[in-house]
Amino acid sequence: MSGRETAGAAAEKPYVAATLIAPEPPPPSARRVSKARIAGTAMLLLWVAAAAGLLAFLAREWNPELLARYGPSLLSGLLVTVELVSLSVILGAALALPVAAGRLSANKLFGAAAYGYVYFFRGTPLLAQTFLIYYGAGQFREPLEAAGLWWFFRDAFNCAAFTFTLNTAAYQAEIYQGAIRGVARGQWEGGRALGLPRAIIFLKVIAPQALVTALRPLGNEVIFMIKGSAIASVVTVYDLMGETRLAFSRSFDFQVYLWAAALYLVLVEALRRVWDAAEVRLTRHLQRAQAAPKARKAAGKQMGA
Amino acid sequence: MTLFRNLAAAAALLAMAAAPAAAQEKVRIGTEGAYPPFNELTSDGQLVGFDIDIAKALCEEMQVECEFVTQDWDGIIPALLAGKYDAIVASMSITEERKQQVDFTDRYYTSPVAFMAAKDSDITEVTPEALAGKSVGAQSSTISGNHLQDAYGESDVRLYPTQDEANADLEAGRLDAVLVDKFVGQEWIDSAGAECCTFVGEDITDTAVVGEGIGIALRQDDDELREKINAAITAIRENGTYKEINDKYFDFDVYGE
Repeated sequence: MSGRETAGAAAEKPYVAATLIAPEPPPPSARRVSKARIAGTAMLLLWVAAAAGLLAFLAREWNPELLARYGPSLLSGLLVTVELVSLSVILGAALALPVAAGRLSANKLFGAAAYGYVYFFRGTPLLAQTFLIYYGAGQFREPLEAAGLWWFFRDAFNCAAFTFTLNTAAYQAEIYQGAIRGVARGQWEGGRALGLPRAIIFLKVIAPQALVTALRPLGNEVIFMIKGSAIASVVTVYDLMGETRLAFSRSFDFQVYLWAAALYLVLVEALRRVWDAAEVRLTRHLQRAQAAPKARKAAGKQMGA
Repeated sequence: MTLFRNLAAAAALLAMAAAPAAAQEKVRIGTEGAYPPFNELTSDGQLVGFDIDIAKALCEEMQVECEFVTQDWDGIIPALLAGKYDAIVASMSITEERKQQVDFTDRYYTSPVAFMAAKDSDITEVTPEALAGKSVGAQSSTISGNHLQDAYGESDVRLYPTQDEANADLEAGRLDAVLVDKFVGQEWIDSAGAECCTFVGEDITDTAVVGEGIGIALRQDDDELREKINAAITAIRENGTYKEINDKYFDFDVYGE
């Protein structure tokens, strides 16, 4: 039998069922009282009670005087946290790209240098790195002055931001290189088959797919940095946590920690929403048809703005 | 079940045996261990210093057994309140702010605070106006740190977890001046800081800043212990033990007027 005949036969007898079974919803699940459900409900109630207890504690201990005295310094601490983290995450991302490129490089020298960098900064505590750079720079004042760098290392915020940048760059480089490796080789080959230059393949084909994989781990890294920024207070940069500890050591009032917790929650929640929006945008090609008009509208709005 | 009952009986016996031992009184003393010459940890982990010697003399006088616990300065009062130890002997100034949380014994010495600066510094006056725009440092949660925060708003106030780190930054030139307990500063200027730094300006002795001397902090319901320690302080002042310890560290009387 020749190919043409097969095609002709298929056209006469299409492989489609003449009648379809009408779609039905799944049967209702059996909701019965099991041990697991009782345990789960009990635990949930425990958490609700704990939250209610905390709120009641805050309401009972509510101290406007304390708020007037330490509120502004807590807010300035929040600002320091935001500044420090956004600066170091952005600069760290810029530094992470060449490091990730080194990790992916076939060149042994670049590969080893990038690996060594990541190995050191992931293998030692951020606290030790901060100490080393801040007080280490203090020991080498003369050579740094001679090199014209002392003005930079004299300032505690600069030292903290510098250390945090180097540290997060190592983690981000690992996230990026993993995500880039995760994109199927066929995507590169397909781009090459179309005759696209390597840079365009990377920017238009590989990077958008890698970012989908990198997005969530990157969000984790930013959250870690927000919490880790408390370390900066050992070199006199008082972030939200540092200001809170300072306020507690003078007022001995436990509620300042609850305020700090609330501020951290607000910060992380804001970040989470930004990340959700970014994910919707990056995966708009994967969304189902019904969801598409909404995504298109959101995309259109962004373009308009 | 029998095993459980036996165990419970054994535990009850043990508790009864332990009760008289507790009555013999063991006083746990909290200190920082990073504040020479008053309290510091030697390289082999021993606590030494004026505070430690005074505490030991007081315990001997009160005929109680003492046990030292080291604790970071920032958390030293919360840990007392949480019952981790019974008394703080760590060069703590008696201030109104602290009195709202803890009780103090009578003072066991007095210390003014003073500014240190680099030897080639142009600082001569140490009023808030004179130091406006300069960077000034101190250990956080100390009377020096609190005073800088409250009165030196025009300066760049930097607070450090320990005194050593503030000293390191003064030496490195990051700070223009450091406010410190006079005797602690003196110890540093006589040793590691000899080449770089010296005291500048007048000592600050105002009781609104430095409090009513250095005392031992106790929990507020601990009146019995406070009476005993006060009696012991008077006793060692009188029987010469205090002078002996004083002369080991200083060539003047740190008890004050």
